[in-house]
Formats: sequence, structure tokens, C-alpha cells
Amino acid sequence: MTMNTKYMNPYLAGFLLGLVLLTTIFITGRGLGASGAIKSIVVATVDGVASEHAEGSHFYGTYVGPGKDNPMKSWLVFEIFGVLIGGFVSGLASNRMKFVTEAGPRIRPKLRWLFAAIGGALFGIGAQFARGCTSGAALSGMAVLSAAGFITMLAIFGSGYAVAYFARKLWI
Amino acid sequence: MGPFVPELISDQLNLVVALVLGIAFGAVLEQAGFSSSRRLAGVFYGYDFTVLRVFFTATVTAMSGVLLLGYFGLLDTEAIFVNPTWLVPAIVGGIIMGTGFVLGGYCPGTSVCAAAIGKIDAMFFIGGGLLGVFAFGELFPLYSNFYDSTSLGSIKVFDSLGMSQGLFAFMLIAMAVGAFAVTTVIEKRVNRALAPSLEFKSRKHIAAGIGIFALGVLFIVLPDRKTHLINIVSDVKYVASHPVAMMDADELAFRIVDREPNIRIIDLRSTDTSMSHVLPGAEKISISDLFGKDWLPIFSRRHVKKVLVGMDEAQERTAYLLLQELGYENMAVLQGGFDAFDKTILSRGAFTPTGSRWDADVKVFREKAREDILKLIAENKNKGAKEPKKTKKVPGGC
Repeated sequence: MTMNTKYMNPYLAGFLLGLVLLTTIFITGRGLGASGAIKSIVVATVDGVASEHAEGSHFYGTYVGPGKDNPMKSWLVFEIFGVLIGGFVSGLASNRMKFVTEAGPRIRPKLRWLFAAIGGALFGIGAQFARGCTSGAALSGMAVLSAAGFITMLAIFGSGYAVAYFARKLWI
Repeated sequence: MGPFVPELISDQLNLVVALVLGIAFGAVLEQAGFSSSRRLAGVFYGYDFTVLRVFFTATVTAMSGVLLLGYFGLLDTEAIFVNPTWLVPAIVGGIIMGTGFVLGGYCPGTSVCAAAIGKIDAMFFIGGGLLGVFAFGELFPLYSNFYDSTSLGSIKVFDSLGMSQGLFAFMLIAMAVGAFAVTTVIEKRVNRALAPSLEFKSRKHIAAGIGIFALGVLFIVLPDRKTHLINIVSDVKYVASHPVAMMDADELAFRIVDREPNIRIIDLRSTDTSMSHVLPGAEKISISDLFGKDWLPIFSRRHVKKVLVGMDEAQERTAYLLLQELGYENMAVLQGGFDAFDKTILSRGAFTPTGSRWDADVKVFREKAREDILKLIAENKNKGAKEPKKTKKVPGGC
């Protein structure tokens, strides 16, 4: 099966993404996000496995406990579920469905998996401190002209460029 | 007027809305090629600037949309969520995330998108993300103070930079267009034959760039909606050509004493002048509060006469014309302002006979009204200050 890599014009895609974000803000008064869904999943899991520990914790405690809704019943969890569906449908329609590992030419897939996991962990941690990731804090924040949005975006991309040289074997 | 949460859209329905918007989000991300870590990482090495193009374009589109919707009164910009700033944690978090971006090749949203089409590295990214948040949560006491440090509230970027909203919007748009031009050149140099930007038809794109730049210039001169409307209604010619409905002190007094249900007293005076009396049942609303959704339920009832009480008639007239511009009906300006009402009814002042045959009755009426109204005012004071019925700001965040 040949993989279709003819993607949409990025400016058009950006415009459409901007419209989705604008619609979200217009209807719900908040922006899009992603890292919060990952946090909700973790909180729900910890609460499910060890609820006393969760309730007593400063971090999990604000989301769980008597009288509080299931943390999975959150706006972002439902949204990210939609992202899963949307990505799937788009990939299906554009003939891009394939189990594959993307990596630069100089690296083996298994090492790529390790770094993907490390990258994910770092994102998970960083998004807690910054109260959001590229979608929630940076993109949505910049759309409403919050200082946090721009600060976070500059920090993400600034450090990305700084680290890029050392990670070049992963990609080029 | 948006946003429609929580008044028109319940919390439950909002979850469905989230799902639908998420589907659109995921589809666009995937169509843009954000389901490929190699493509995403390309922005850091110069071989593929898709991330920059999509990100910047989306930001400019959404920001412009918010500004325009706010200007036309279609979106209540005071009610939307503006993510608050914790300065140092935001920077530290951003640095950690940037490192994670280059090492992992994804960000949380794109990783879900990529995993949906089978990218195994994306699945490892998500797994790592779950473990990372778990580790963060478990070790939280170590840095919980740091986590809450340097909180600056929901500050806007243009305030921090000391410039106007419109000027910042223009600069951002100008930077975006400039960045698009520069990165296209870089990409062609890095890639030679394989640059993604070789697929762009130059002329169309340059034309679009100029158009967007023009929009940016427009934003500099576009005043924010409040100032714009206040300027209109303060203009002398406008005031002269737009008559307002008046109500004199006696009529208002009668209606208060008569407990008429179909009037609402709107008190425009600032809080420090309320050393004087607050009329019974009055809502304290300042002129800048007239624009949002907060008081829409009161203003939009056409059968209820909104009596505007202010320091002077000019203030009341401005509010009247503003409300009229905003589309509301059935207001009245209190003749002579609160002052006249005070002198005529509330204070035991000398009654100036007008020579009409009703003088005696009016005098008696005013005496009685004074007693009644002062009693009502005192009763209201004891009831305590009415809680301002502010629309809840939408909660958001991650």
C-alpha cells in the first residue's frame, strides 16, 4: 500500500485550524487543548487504583473526592477523543493508514521508540508547569492574546532550536 | 452574543460540542501532515517549515477572528478564558516541552492524531506522556511551591509590552508574513529539490500575503468596540439629532411608591458617590458594563422601562444612546439627574410653587413620597448590597 504523503497546503490547513479554534472560542469561550486530557486520564487511573492516595495528594486532590465528577468527564477528554476520530477519518480518507515508525535515516526504529517515550514524558511534565502544551497554552493562548500563550510558545520553540543540534541524529 | 456556555449550552452538551470540535481539530491536523513526526521535526532543521506555517496562520486567523467578533459585538471578550500567567513555571515548562518536542517529534495533540493512523512512535510518545504526568503527580510536593510561583494573573501580551491591542495584532501579522517569506527561502536552500514549498504557486501566495498584511494594518486603526461606540454617542451632532425619552422626578417617585413592576432603575453613578442614597431596587451598573452579556437579560426586556439615573443628565444621555446603539429599547433619562430627584423628593426642600392648580396636590404627594421612599431605601440598605449578577467567566485550561 503506497502511503499518500500529499498533504494539504499548510496555509490552508492553518487557516482551517484557526477557524476551528475560533469556532471553539466563540461557542464555548475556551480554546482547544491536549495535555489536559492526558492529565485527566492519569488522575482518573490513580483515583481508580488508589483513591485514598489520590484524594490526599495536592496534585490529584483537586480533581477527585466525594461530590466531584469523574475526571474523565472533562471537556478536554472528550475533545481529544474527537481528535482521535478526526485523525483516523482523515488518514483513512487520504490513504495514510499504516503501522509504521517515523525516524530519520540514521536511527533504528527501536531507538526512536525510546526517544519518543522520553519526549512524551518531558512534554507531560513540562505541560503541567506551563498549564498547557502547544495547543492549549500556546496556540489557544495566543489567539486570545494572553501573555502566557506567547511566553510558552517562545520557550517551547526557543529551546527546541537550542536542543535541535544535539538531537540531529534522530532526524537528519 | 458568544460564548454560549454556560447560559445556552449546558455542561453536558458542552462535552458533545468538545467531541465534535475535536474531530474537526484532528482532521485538520492530520490533513496538514501533523501526523508525521519527521514533518513536525523539520521546523527545527530547516527542511520543512510546515509547523511554522500552520501554527502562525492558525494563530493569526483565530486572533483576527476574536478581535473582529469582539468589535462587532458578536463575542463577549470579557467572558472568554484567557489563560493566566505563572511566569517562571511557564518558561521552565516551555523549555522542558521544547526539548521533548525535538526528542519525541510530537506534541500531545499531534501524537494522538498520528497514533490514530498507526504511527507506532506516536503511541510510545503518548505512553511516555502518561508516565511523565504520573511521575509529576507523585513527586509534586517537591516543587509545589515553585508550581504556584510568580503568578501574574490573566494578563494580556500587549499590556505587558505596553502597546495597544491593535498595534500588537499588526506586528504579529507583519512578523508572520515576514516569517513565511524567509522560511520559504531557507527551505528551498536546505532542500534543493525536495522542498515542500516548491509546491506553492508563488503569485497566489504573495497576493495572499499582501492581503493579510493589509488586514494587519486595519487592526492598528480599528479601535476597540467600547471606545468606538462611546465616541459615536458622545459626538455633539449625534446627541443633537437623537432625542431621548425623559422621565421627571415626580413620575419616578410615583412609580417607586406604586411598586410598579415594569420599571428598572439603573444606577450609573460610581461607587464613591453612593454616600448618597441608593434608590430601592436599583441595579448598580457602570457605563463600561453595558457592553457585555452580564445585564442582557434586564436590558432586552422591551416591556420593562429602564430608568437611567446618573450624576447628571449628560451621563444618563450617553448611557441611553449607547443602549440604543446596542439595540435595546424602552429606556428613559431621569430629568435633572439624581441631583434633581434628590432635591425634589428626597430632601426636605422648599417646594417651589409653579402656580398651577395642582400645586397643593403635588406638594402633598412629594411629602408622602419622601417618607415612603426613604423607608424603602433604608429597608434595602438593611438587606445588604445586592450581589452583582456577573456572568461567570468561562473556566478553561488544561
